[in-house]
Amino acid sequence: MNTLEILFYALSAFAIVSAVMVLVSKNPIHSVLWLILVFFAISGHYILLNAQFLAIVNIIVYAGAIMVLFLFVIMLMNVKSDKEPQKKLLTKFIGVLSGGSLLVLLISLVKQTVQLQGKQVMMKEGTIGLIHPLGKALFSDYVIPFEISSVLFLSAMVGAVIIGKK
Amino acid sequence: MKLIIGLIVLFPLVGFLFNGLGRNIWNKKVIAFMATGFIAISFVFSILAFLNVQSSGAAMVHFFDFINTDTIKIPFDFKVDGLSSLFLLVITGVGTLIHLYSTAYMKEEEAPHYARYFAYLNLFIFSMLLLVLGDNYVIMFIGWEGVGLCSYLLIGYWFTNATYNYAAKKAFIMNRIGDLGFLLAIFWLIVKLGTVSYGSVLTAESLAKLSSTDITAITLLLFVGAMGKSAQIPLYTWLPDAMAGPTPVSALIHAATMVTAGIYMITRSNILFSASEFTGHVVAIVGISTALLAATIALKQNDIKKVLAYSTVSQLGYMFLGLGVGAYSGAVFHVITHAFFKALLFLGAGSVIHAMHHEQDIRKMGGLKSKLPITHITFLIGCIAIAGVPPFSGFFSKDEILAAAFAKSPIYWVLGVIGAAMTAFYMFRLYATTFLGQFRGTHEQEHHLHESPVAMTLPLILLAVASAIAGAIGIPELMGGHHWLAHQLMPIIGEAKEATLTHQTEWALMAASVSIAIIALLIALNKYKRQADDEPQTSLGKFLYHKWHIDELYDNIIVQPLNRFAGFLKNVVEKNVIDGAVNGTGRLVQYSARKLRLIQNGQVGYYILFIVLGIIVLFLCWFNDVAILRFLSFLTNKS
Amino acid sequence: MPIQYYIFFCLTLFSIGMVGVLTRRNAIIVFMCIELMLNAVNLLLVAFSKMYHGAALQLAPGTTAGIDAQIFVFFIMVVAAAEVSVGLAIIVMMYRNTHSVDINFLNRLKN
Repeated sequence: MNTLEILFYALSAFAIVSAVMVLVSKNPIHSVLWLILVFFAISGHYILLNAQFLAIVNIIVYAGAIMVLFLFVIMLMNVKSDKEPQKKLLTKFIGVLSGGSLLVLLISLVKQTVQLQGKQVMMKEGTIGLIHPLGKALFSDYVIPFEISSVLFLSAMVGAVIIGKK
Repeated sequence: MKLIIGLIVLFPLVGFLFNGLGRNIWNKKVIAFMATGFIAISFVFSILAFLNVQSSGAAMVHFFDFINTDTIKIPFDFKVDGLSSLFLLVITGVGTLIHLYSTAYMKEEEAPHYARYFAYLNLFIFSMLLLVLGDNYVIMFIGWEGVGLCSYLLIGYWFTNATYNYAAKKAFIMNRIGDLGFLLAIFWLIVKLGTVSYGSVLTAESLAKLSSTDITAITLLLFVGAMGKSAQIPLYTWLPDAMAGPTPVSALIHAATMVTAGIYMITRSNILFSASEFTGHVVAIVGISTALLAATIALKQNDIKKVLAYSTVSQLGYMFLGLGVGAYSGAVFHVITHAFFKALLFLGAGSVIHAMHHEQDIRKMGGLKSKLPITHITFLIGCIAIAGVPPFSGFFSKDEILAAAFAKSPIYWVLGVIGAAMTAFYMFRLYATTFLGQFRGTHEQEHHLHESPVAMTLPLILLAVASAIAGAIGIPELMGGHHWLAHQLMPIIGEAKEATLTHQTEWALMAASVSIAIIALLIALNKYKRQADDEPQTSLGKFLYHKWHIDELYDNIIVQPLNRFAGFLKNVVEKNVIDGAVNGTGRLVQYSARKLRLIQNGQVGYYILFIVLGIIVLFLCWFNDVAILRFLSFLTNKS
Repeated sequence: MPIQYYIFFCLTLFSIGMVGVLTRRNAIIVFMCIELMLNAVNLLLVAFSKMYHGAALQLAPGTTAGIDAQIFVFFIMVVAAAEVSVGLAIIVMMYRNTHSVDINFLNRLKN
């Protein structure tokens, strides 16, 4: 097993464990922290795939901004871990079961798909993840969605402000 | 011809509508006039039709296509030949007389009910005309049902009386049982031959297509229909009870016309019946047994109409005996003569009842000879005719049947003569008790005795004349006559059978039966001249008086179990099973609705869960069983 | 690495997120699990983009085939950010009205 594979497995394991801890934690703040760890693992995966831009953006936007926002809101709510209501055991069981069966179903579907057999993912190399090609493509082919996304942000901001007003 | 036939049939129908729809409008004179008038017009046209047939032969009149499919065609056709034109005359002729009679007999009724009576009578004539004129079994069946219906309506005419309603129901239901047989025969014919028209069924080719079991079955089923309609054993008990209706109704329907429908049907289908020995025997045996049974019961009855009713059943038995032994023209002859004298007798009885203010027990009558002269004479003529005394008509027709019976088997003849003797006896018992001797009723009744009005006596006189001379149409060659009736019916019933009896035998038979009848007649006259019957003393007498307890028998073995079964169905099946199912469905729907409603609990978590489940199901269905199978391979091929 | 490994991994993360959505009652945690799911999808898209890129480079060196998926991921992040801001605003409002962030409380859609 070469480094690549070890790194892949390690990062995957790390991500999965953290995700499970997100679910399992009683304290919401702990959940947020575990989620940040998940994002770090995902960014690690991005770097493995040489999608450097996205790795950095993931950290900055997701882990940096969005999670911080979550933390703010949690602290604002003053959500205590002991007061948080828990769902019934049956519901949890059913939830896990249905999620699990969805997972099993989808995995089996993927396994049987002929077209996906043996396709390799190019790791470590490849120029498309770099900033230069990405930026070029973004500002040439995808400039319209880019501009529109700014409008989207504007509307989200306005919406958030209006909703948040008393 | 089409016009004539159409009018013959149409006028009674118009009369029905006229009186039925306008029963609250017209007054009694108009109702009576129009009703009788319509039938009289039909009679005139019937004469025209008859003469037409005499000159030009049989005709078929097509009106419209009644049922027209690929597999079967049933056109609405009328067949006018010797047989049907003859019946036309009898039906419309006797019908007119009875309508005329009814105008006076029913005079006490209120106008709407008066109109209702005549409407039903007209409808009856219409149905009967359909029956005899139809060119296929289905049209006949339509008429068949129609007369059954009108019989019900008219028996239960005085519907406020529960017993009468019961009698009407009984008549209709027994008719219906017979009709089932008729229907099955029609179905069988359709299955085997694909047609029900007389022209197609009653031919030698069609006969060849049917196996002997087919023919026997069809004829037996047809006979079952005739049994119900013409009151043979076992479906005869409705006829005596049908006397609950007004007397003219009894005269028309239960003496002259409806009950002869069975004989008409069998005569029409004579090819089929001749082809089946077995059915012939069955018909003859049933006929003669009915004749004897009814005659024995009539010996002991004390209601004037009941005696006549049983007499009708008995005479019908004779007609069927005639049919069974192959004497079709004899049977038809007896139908015609019986129509005359039985209608006469019934109308006479009606006249007596009218005079006695609705008293029907003959033990309370007597000595009416002087008070009701015309009724007396005509009634006497009727009695002589029915007893079979020459030269009145009954003699010729009955004798023709008896001769044919003897040719088939002497036993039939012996039984027939016994029956004839009983007929003579009970008829003259009736006559003597009613008209001779001292009046045995109350003083009140005696005071009110008077002869009936002209509207009632005129039909009596005409019918008496007919009963006397109708024999002329069937004088056998034996006596030098040219049997006109047999020749008339020849196209339908084929050549008269070879006379297997020598002339001497025939004379001897005739002499024997006539003398026995006259002896019985005289004995009855002698016995009942002075006094009426007391209560039956002997057990045999009681048995006969109670009509052989057959009604009670039927009640026990058929009616009670059916009632119990119906009660069972009503209480157990209806309540628990059917209502249970219906209510249960309602309850089930409510229950499931209650449970389903809980899904809509507003909890987002539930909704998302169902979304996920839905996705899983979708995937499963999308990729069919392959995905499910792959589950297992997933466990095995984890790479 | 064969693409299937990436697919399995992402499916796992996705279903964990799904389970979280179904199981947790705290609205904020539910929201976070949604973010988790989005991230899983992002990773998968990038993996596919590299798969295509690898295959295309064999045929024509110097292409930028497969870059579309990464652009897509970029936009997904954009939308996720906008969505989070609005969603949290809503949650804050809900808290103000009901003083609880229990999603079971939101059963106004009942019946």
